[in-house]
Amino acid sequence: MLKLDRVYAGYGAIEVLKDLTLEVKAGEIVALLGANGAGKSTTLLTIAGVVPVRGGAITWREAPLPEGRPDAVLRAGLCLCPEGRHIFPRLTVLENLLSGSLRLPAGRNGPKLEEVFAYFPLLAERRAQLGGTLSGGEQQMLAIGRALMGEPQLLMLDEPSLGLAPQIVAKIFEIIRAINAKGVPILLVEQNAQQALRIAHRGYVIVTGQNSLTGTGAELLASDEVRQAYLGE
Amino acid sequence: MTADAVPVTSTITAILTDGVVKGAVYALVALGYTMVYGVLGMINFAHGEVFMIGMFACVYGIGAMSTAWGDHVALNLMLGVVIAMIFSAAYGYANERIAYRRLRRAHVLAPLTSAIGVSTFLQYFIFLTVSKQNVDFPRYYSDWLTNGHVRFATVDVTYLQLAIIGTTLVLMAALFYFINATRMGIALRAVAQDQLMAGLVGIPVNKVIAFTFVLGSALAAVAGVMVAMYNDVLGFDAGYRVGLKAFTAAILGGIGNVPGAVLGAVILGVSEALTTYWYGSGWSDVTTFVVLMLVLLLRPRGLLGERVADKV
Repeated sequence: MLKLDRVYAGYGAIEVLKDLTLEVKAGEIVALLGANGAGKSTTLLTIAGVVPVRGGAITWREAPLPEGRPDAVLRAGLCLCPEGRHIFPRLTVLENLLSGSLRLPAGRNGPKLEEVFAYFPLLAERRAQLGGTLSGGEQQMLAIGRALMGEPQLLMLDEPSLGLAPQIVAKIFEIIRAINAKGVPILLVEQNAQQALRIAHRGYVIVTGQNSLTGTGAELLASDEVRQAYLGE
Repeated sequence: MTADAVPVTSTITAILTDGVVKGAVYALVALGYTMVYGVLGMINFAHGEVFMIGMFACVYGIGAMSTAWGDHVALNLMLGVVIAMIFSAAYGYANERIAYRRLRRAHVLAPLTSAIGVSTFLQYFIFLTVSKQNVDFPRYYSDWLTNGHVRFATVDVTYLQLAIIGTTLVLMAALFYFINATRMGIALRAVAQDQLMAGLVGIPVNKVIAFTFVLGSALAAVAGVMVAMYNDVLGFDAGYRVGLKAFTAAILGGIGNVPGAVLGAVILGVSEALTTYWYGSGWSDVTTFVVLMLVLLLRPRGLLGERVADKV
């Protein structure tokens, strides 16, 4: 569905992605692993149209993805939950969710809210609370819920487990799996390689913006390189 | 009738009424400063000039209508306000497009300097192309509003004063509803709080920012027409004075905070009116800035401003 073919991208004089190739197929969870600064977040921001593409091609459903235009990428159905969650702190939980679907007809909000509240019953309870007053885990749930409100056809999650307690992380990953089970392909960037590879169908390891390893989740979990570099063994 | 014949209480009430009326006008202008600050984190120093342009657009619009189809007071006045809003909104929009948008990622001093430049430019643009002298508001249109009055207990309130307070209240309520209870309001607050994320959820950030300028400018235009009628006269520098007061009101209430701007404006209007009554009009500006300095010393974020830690 989504293909990056020898993509180059970066900021100013710094080239972050150098010849990166990856693919997300229909129904897949794909994990993107790598050390700090390897270009994982940049990959997602480049797909989302925030960072301009300097070389190579990004295609979505066999057609070129609009480059450098976040609104057009979103309209094409690709939605990014950026690192750090970026909850609107002084909007209520409900308003945060509604912000995710402002570009779509308001009439479709009802069923979508129900769907989000089914995944995250806690958000229903806290719907009138300000986003900034939620705990980190709740904010992550809200960030994913907000993305779901936009009816994504591919969901990009950047470090959803960052700074969260292990039980919360397990819960978030469970829900990521449930969302995927309903047919939404997911491109997942994670520091927590073990958790990510357990739920991922396939994974890519990138080093300084280039492909290093790729394989199924199980293959990567078993590989010496991944075990040494990212699982601390 | 000697001065002694007027009961002191009624004089004070009249002064307070005048203060509230001035406060209402400052409030409408202050909203433009505070909304733009809330969304962009910049002070639009040219906002006072947008207010002044509304004044001129109304007066010249009424003049043109009067020539075209005669003096239908209510109709022409109403259309005059609409013309003022359109002109001010167009100038506000143009300011943002031409002078601020390209500087959005620049150091904060860049758009600030640009705003001061636009302010001076607009003043002298109007000075040179429209009128070097003060212009009278057509009395024929404001007389019935300034002469007619209603007696509340001990104080006479003119129709114009009532209209100013009433219009301000209605516009505030509409703005409050708009910001807090509509989808566009959510978009506006989202852009104010996190521009990157607003873009990532598909909010057209540039359009929302342009709209903020248009909305603030239209409110300033309404204030401009009301001030022109209240003072009976307008000039190219009218926006500078009122703009400075309204800006002070916005800081006083807590810049970026909409109810704060209204509160600050009323406090300012009333304290000016009282100072004028007690010490003479020369002292009213002194009071304004003493109040401002006290608030900034004792409560730097303004009366209703958020703590800096709340900003993300």
